[in-house]
Amino acid sequence: MTSAVSVSIPIATIEKPHPPVPAWKVFVALLSRDIRVARRELPFFLVRTIMQPMLFVIVFGYLLPKMGFTQSGYQAALLPGILALSLMLSSTQSVTLPMVTEFGWTKEIEDRLLAPISTDLVAVEKIVNAMIQGIIAALVVLPLARLVMGPVAGFTFSHVPELLVVVVLSAAAASAFGLLLGVLISPQQIGFMFSLIITPMIFFGCAYYPWRGLDVVPWLKYAVLVNPLVYISEGLRASLTPSVPHMPFAAIVAALAALTAGFTWAALARFRKRAIG
Amino acid sequence: MTPAIVTEGLRKVYPGSGRAAPGSGPGAPVAGDTIALEGLDLLVNEGEFFGIIGPNGAGKTTTIGVLTTRVLPSGGTARVAGADVVRNSVTVRQRIGVVPQRPNPDRSLDAWENLIYHAAYFGVPRREAARRATELLERLEIAGKAHMKVDQLSGGQQQRLMIARALIHEPTILFLDEPTVGLDPNARNSLWEILRELHSQGRTIVMTTHYMPEADELSDRIALIDRGRLLALDTPENLKLQTPDGSLETFFIAKAGRGLDA
Repeated sequence: MTSAVSVSIPIATIEKPHPPVPAWKVFVALLSRDIRVARRELPFFLVRTIMQPMLFVIVFGYLLPKMGFTQSGYQAALLPGILALSLMLSSTQSVTLPMVTEFGWTKEIEDRLLAPISTDLVAVEKIVNAMIQGIIAALVVLPLARLVMGPVAGFTFSHVPELLVVVVLSAAAASAFGLLLGVLISPQQIGFMFSLIITPMIFFGCAYYPWRGLDVVPWLKYAVLVNPLVYISEGLRASLTPSVPHMPFAAIVAALAALTAGFTWAALARFRKRAIG
Repeated sequence: MTPAIVTEGLRKVYPGSGRAAPGSGPGAPVAGDTIALEGLDLLVNEGEFFGIIGPNGAGKTTTIGVLTTRVLPSGGTARVAGADVVRNSVTVRQRIGVVPQRPNPDRSLDAWENLIYHAAYFGVPRREAARRATELLERLEIAGKAHMKVDQLSGGQQQRLMIARALIHEPTILFLDEPTVGLDPNARNSLWEILRELHSQGRTIVMTTHYMPEADELSDRIALIDRGRLLALDTPENLKLQTPDGSLETFFIAKAGRGLDA
């Protein structure tokens, strides 16, 4: 700032007090900001979203069956699991990572916390944005996985209402979980979070095997029930490959709804605490 | 004059991890508690340039935090633009602009988008937002940086972007928390000119600083605070009349028992 300030253009002058902005309008503006950022980061989003599930598809859905190491029908159990994994990872990460940096590092969440909307709705917007990203991730991975695996016996689109319920609830549960992680952990703990929380969730989330398959290890069968990914995987099995043995649909929906409510409640409480000192 | 800001008995205690003293009742201070504000009464008139001055830890940033709805008071009340900062925080946010101590632009967006999206959060129509953004960036001499990532802007440029952001929704009250910290003298003078112009347009401005000449130069009235209490509140001229050497610094040391850099 070395030159003298010109006075030719007036700095915004004060007008009459503005009418209150409806909350939905602010909410849409917050969401459009997040969508703008997501579009700019599309290549990273695709890599983050597609990489891991597709590597599993190639190994477990293509190589192992080709080598004869898996039984026929395994792909029908695997495909919904892979979609569940994509949906959960994408939803969770798209809210956890920005929250950790924006709250803990750059404090750049401030401008959104100063928007004329309740703090809770700022947090809810983060969940909604993450849900959209998770659903897009699953939609991107589905045709790719199907392409690599070849025809999957028992795969059907004949349970659309169930599928919609499961997808929306799954995205909500994973996004609310992501927000909770995002407001709980500090930037230094990100590596720790992946090793200690996300990786075990992936492997014990019934994504690569159906839950009923764990009948052979009964204690594990019940231990994994704390993992939200289990219900996402089973829910997608129940609606996409219903011939594969799966949990009762009602139990899946109830669990996903309860997890969404619980995670949202805890995440909002913590978000409020961090947002308003 | 209509008050733009009124606080009564404003208190803020940041809880410590210690335990209450044995035999003390509920609500008693706890070991490790930090009392940031201790019954602060302030009245800022509409259109006033109000300086809040005090050393580090005086409670300046907490005061701004409470008034901008970002810090929940532990006691007392604060009304900004007629609305209670706790019960009607959304109404308060609608009417204020905030320039933070350290620039915190949205780093996922470029400078232009920082302004456009911020305006959108306040319901400013897109075309109007674009018009205001163009004007503000030009006026604050960062028009050439509009489509740069904010990380590529210098500290002074980021600070000016924060001012543009705080103004784009045309708030009636502007808060600035130590806005010239880290700026070189040229940048500081330039910012002072901008603030004078904003003030001359009738805007209420509340600015914290621990730089005495800055408060002296710009403020209609100055509140001297230390350890969360108001030590004095008057025009710079009247405050200076109360010391033999006519300096605000001397006045502050006499009142607080320590200097501003303490």
